[in-house]
Amino acid sequence: MRPVYMITGGITKFKKANPEKDFRYMVKEAFEYALNDLPRLRPSHIDGSVGAYFSDHFTRQLKAASMVQDYLGLCPKPSKRVEGGGATGGLCFQAAWESVASGRMEVCLAFGFETMSRVNTWKGNEFIALASDTNFDYPVGGFYTGYYAMMVQRHMYEFGTTVEQLARVSIKNHANALYNPYAQSPMKLTVKDVRSSDMVATPLTRLDICAMSDGAAVAILASEEMARKFCDVPIKVTGIGTGTDSMRMADRPHGKVILLPHEKESDYRSLKYPGVHSFRAGRTAAKLAYKMAGIDNPIEQLDFVELHDAYSSSEIQTYEDLGLCRYGEGGKFVENGYPFMPGVGYGLKLKEQGTLPVNPSGGLLACGHPVGATGLFQAVFAFWQLQGSIKKHLGNDRLQVKKAKRGLIHSHAGTGTYITVSILERPI
Amino acid sequence: MNPERPLGRREGKGSKMSAKKASLAETGQGNVLYNLDPIILKWHYEIDYIHSYAQDSPFFAGLSKGKLLGSVCTECHYKFATPRAHCMECGARTEWVELPLEGKVHTFTTCYFGSESFLKETPFTLILVEFKGFQTLFLCRLVGVEPNKVNIGMPVMAKFRRNSKFEATDVYFVPK
Repeated sequence: MRPVYMITGGITKFKKANPEKDFRYMVKEAFEYALNDLPRLRPSHIDGSVGAYFSDHFTRQLKAASMVQDYLGLCPKPSKRVEGGGATGGLCFQAAWESVASGRMEVCLAFGFETMSRVNTWKGNEFIALASDTNFDYPVGGFYTGYYAMMVQRHMYEFGTTVEQLARVSIKNHANALYNPYAQSPMKLTVKDVRSSDMVATPLTRLDICAMSDGAAVAILASEEMARKFCDVPIKVTGIGTGTDSMRMADRPHGKVILLPHEKESDYRSLKYPGVHSFRAGRTAAKLAYKMAGIDNPIEQLDFVELHDAYSSSEIQTYEDLGLCRYGEGGKFVENGYPFMPGVGYGLKLKEQGTLPVNPSGGLLACGHPVGATGLFQAVFAFWQLQGSIKKHLGNDRLQVKKAKRGLIHSHAGTGTYITVSILERPI
Repeated sequence: MNPERPLGRREGKGSKMSAKKASLAETGQGNVLYNLDPIILKWHYEIDYIHSYAQDSPFFAGLSKGKLLGSVCTECHYKFATPRAHCMECGARTEWVELPLEGKVHTFTTCYFGSESFLKETPFTLILVEFKGFQTLFLCRLVGVEPNKVNIGMPVMAKFRRNSKFEATDVYFVPK
């Protein structure tokens, strides 16, 4: 494998509905943004693409990624679609990385989109729930928020996590998005706002849950030679990891914790793992990516994280999977302020604000979750963070993590069935 | 539509086809229009599948007889509280094994919203049940209890629909 760099990226504004533009047009818009940001790169330099969208039900159009390839003028170059539920965007990023790392391509475009506004919210929830076992889980009351609510109930039981801690995640991500013009739901919230919004599935309220969105994102990856040729500040992809777990969360084992280098078995004597409170796939993805990137203490060696917070609860679960804190400490991690942005006002008393910003972009909770684009918009925000170009792209630098050298992006599917972790670094 | 008169052929019998007179038949059907700029309209889609439960069929047959079937591995003896013809741990064949009809709530939630097909059933309570001697859990509905009265560890027992639908919801749990 050879080194791979991200050389540019682009996103559209995420919206509840964008009927003026179809998915081809939205990807084109993100693609043009990426090209305009890197004027020396022409479409003719791109060797091929990987396209991503989650649901054929939302598109009601099979081979929609072929239509994008054609619309972008990239035919007859190689392309393929990747799909993996909520992790579709993250898997797409990694597939593009594979295309370049293997030597098959010098420059590869990763594009992703979703147009979820084409059905009403409750039909959309049905489409999403079809990504659970349709013989056993879906008929019982197929609803992802219900599945995640059961997970966090167990997390609260095992570790004492509180709904106020969940609310803090929601407050943080919605407030960060106030400075991100691409975000769908920027909001200044209080714990009371979060807890008094509509109860969806106990204990998760409307403001603990991301919205459905229309949107697109692209990332362009290149070999070292091409990165140096086209880009003044290329960002290196130094780690790639993916993990999986059983489709039915009922089937998850209750065994031993998969340890990261900075943990020891005695940390978890009585914990039955992963059960339904933790994501074995996320831990596995992190372990693989950390090994490749040479990370043995993530809280020390990462400068920010963009993770898949489809629910406030899954952000807390993911702090633990990624080893930002120990299993069971995720609630305290956010309560103490570690994952908040320094210098942003949240209206909360925080002991340690900004040790390791998590979802400075606003995450899925506030940016929205146009599924196929989600894992790629994380890559784009991470790329801008590491380039130090947040001000240029967002029009203000409130979300710029100072001297950011290494960032992590995390994409998550199903009840934790596919999870990707990728590490991006600014070369010295 | 008149089957006697195929689309695009409106000429009288025996008359010579005239390109100028050819036209598609106008129909009484139309679309529900939501918006003109851009044009947004209703697009209907419906399908019936011919669905087989295949190797998991005995589980659904079991529900109709008031039995809850899990799987036990013939090699490593791992006991799953769900149908699984091959073992997730070692890959060997499993055998059917009857689950006890009593267990405990491992976790729970009450859904006040849901997917479209379940909206009319809200609020409903979902639980994962743990069974003595089984290493995995079982997802189902809990009925007959107020949402704020459910707790982890609560003893529950299985009940079955009198008239089976041959669906996972033929079994549900109630507090014991």
